[in-house]
Amino acid sequence: MKRQAFITGTGHAVPEAILTNADLEKMVDTSDEWITTRTGIKTRHITDSNTATSDLATTAAARAMEAAGWKPEDVQALFIATVTPDHAFPATACLVADRLGLSRVPAWDFAAGCSGFVYGLIQARAFVESGIFDRILVIGAECLTKITNWKDRASCVLFGDGAGAAAISSQGPGGLLGGYHWGSDGAISDLLVQAAGGSRNPATHETVEAGMHYIAMNGSETFKHAVRAMRESCLLALEMDGTDKSDVDLLISHQANYRIIDATARALELPPEKVYVNIDRYGNTSSASIPIALDEAMRRGIITPPKTVVLAAFGAGLTWAGIIVKWNG
Amino acid sequence: MSLENRVTEIIVNKLGVRAEEVSAEANFQTDLGADSLDLVELMMDFEDSFKLKISDEDSSSLKSVGDVIKYLKAHGVEE
Ligand SMILES: CC(C)(COP(=O)(O)OP(=O)(O)OC[C@H]1O[C@@H](n2cnc3c(N)ncnc32)[C@H](O)[C@@H]1OP(=O)(O)O)[C@@H](O)C(=O)NCCC(=O)NCCS
Repeated sequence: MKRQAFITGTGHAVPEAILTNADLEKMVDTSDEWITTRTGIKTRHITDSNTATSDLATTAAARAMEAAGWKPEDVQALFIATVTPDHAFPATACLVADRLGLSRVPAWDFAAGCSGFVYGLIQARAFVESGIFDRILVIGAECLTKITNWKDRASCVLFGDGAGAAAISSQGPGGLLGGYHWGSDGAISDLLVQAAGGSRNPATHETVEAGMHYIAMNGSETFKHAVRAMRESCLLALEMDGTDKSDVDLLISHQANYRIIDATARALELPPEKVYVNIDRYGNTSSASIPIALDEAMRRGIITPPKTVVLAAFGAGLTWAGIIVKWNG
Repeated sequence: MSLENRVTEIIVNKLGVRAEEVSAEANFQTDLGADSLDLVELMMDFEDSFKLKISDEDSSSLKSVGDVIKYLKAHGVEE
């Protein structure tokens, strides 16, 4: 029989502290009205100076393991999608694996911007179907507020911190990882970039003074590409899956902007009750947004089988990705 | 359908306004209630419908319905 990959447990973690739009009104020239109508965001969770990406990732992963009924020795590999690792090296995944008590398994980070978690699921599917692993932890974890320019009102209102994780197994029952689509376009990489801190512009006094370690974004161009990339990712993933869009029960898209989520829902002709939205509470948490939303939907009983769920994302790169996950009855 | 009618139809669909409100002089933001992201989406709909690329710079000069019609004609969109 053909090997298949299933999501058998999910978990998430966010830091306790909340930053509201009213708080932001005191920091930059903005308003709750502007932020709400342009993005749908009301609050976001932010880490304190003692908390890093690995801390959130460890909690999220432990919850996913618990949900899947896994002990540390069951996990055969762990990878983390992040653009805000604890360090450039060692990989955050190694730190998390150690804290979870995993026994010397392969652990690594990768970056695919906000598409990272869906990229991770597609990789996990390939590892499981090929027989390389039977049980993998896939994590999306970020501390975007650590690289946010709190003086740039066009971007600082958007971001939050958090982590989400999924346990992927060759044995169901669970959410079957099905048709997918993924891609990238480096020709428009300048739309969304952290310019310094890597080998192109190593950290110097000058790069810090010039604010080159912060997230820089061309919002309206990114918006256009996002809407088109999300639409294409969903439709091509559905096509590969052999599923009609009228059979979709739930869309969980990257939570970057309510207006992008809404445009994607319209492309799939989905009514609001079939679209999971939590951007109002978390803002954009990059690669963590989809696994946080997925875990909430699982725990709130929204994904009771049978359900066909579409996950779709886009992000820095630019990258985009979509995957169909089916919980069969 | 004339170019004017096609443009009007796109605007009506996107902004939820009545066709009578979509005069050549109507300004998207002040008369038709569009915000900055509605405008981005509207430009995308024009791009998709008329198979052309409207740069960010060009978009920012297209403030009224008449501006768009003039722009489309200047870029070879037929009546
Ligand atoms: C960021 C985003 C919400 C900005 O919306 P926008 O409509 O493109 O905004 P613009 O930059 O065109 O600005 C419109 C106006 O609002 C103002 N503005 C921008 N940010 C503001 C804020 N936080 N508060 C109040 N006004 C603001 C601008 O200065 C501008 O004013 P002007 O017309 O007087 O010059 C939107 O572009 C977006 O969400 N893009 C996608 C970004 C994204 O998803 N990135 C993550 C990818 S993973």
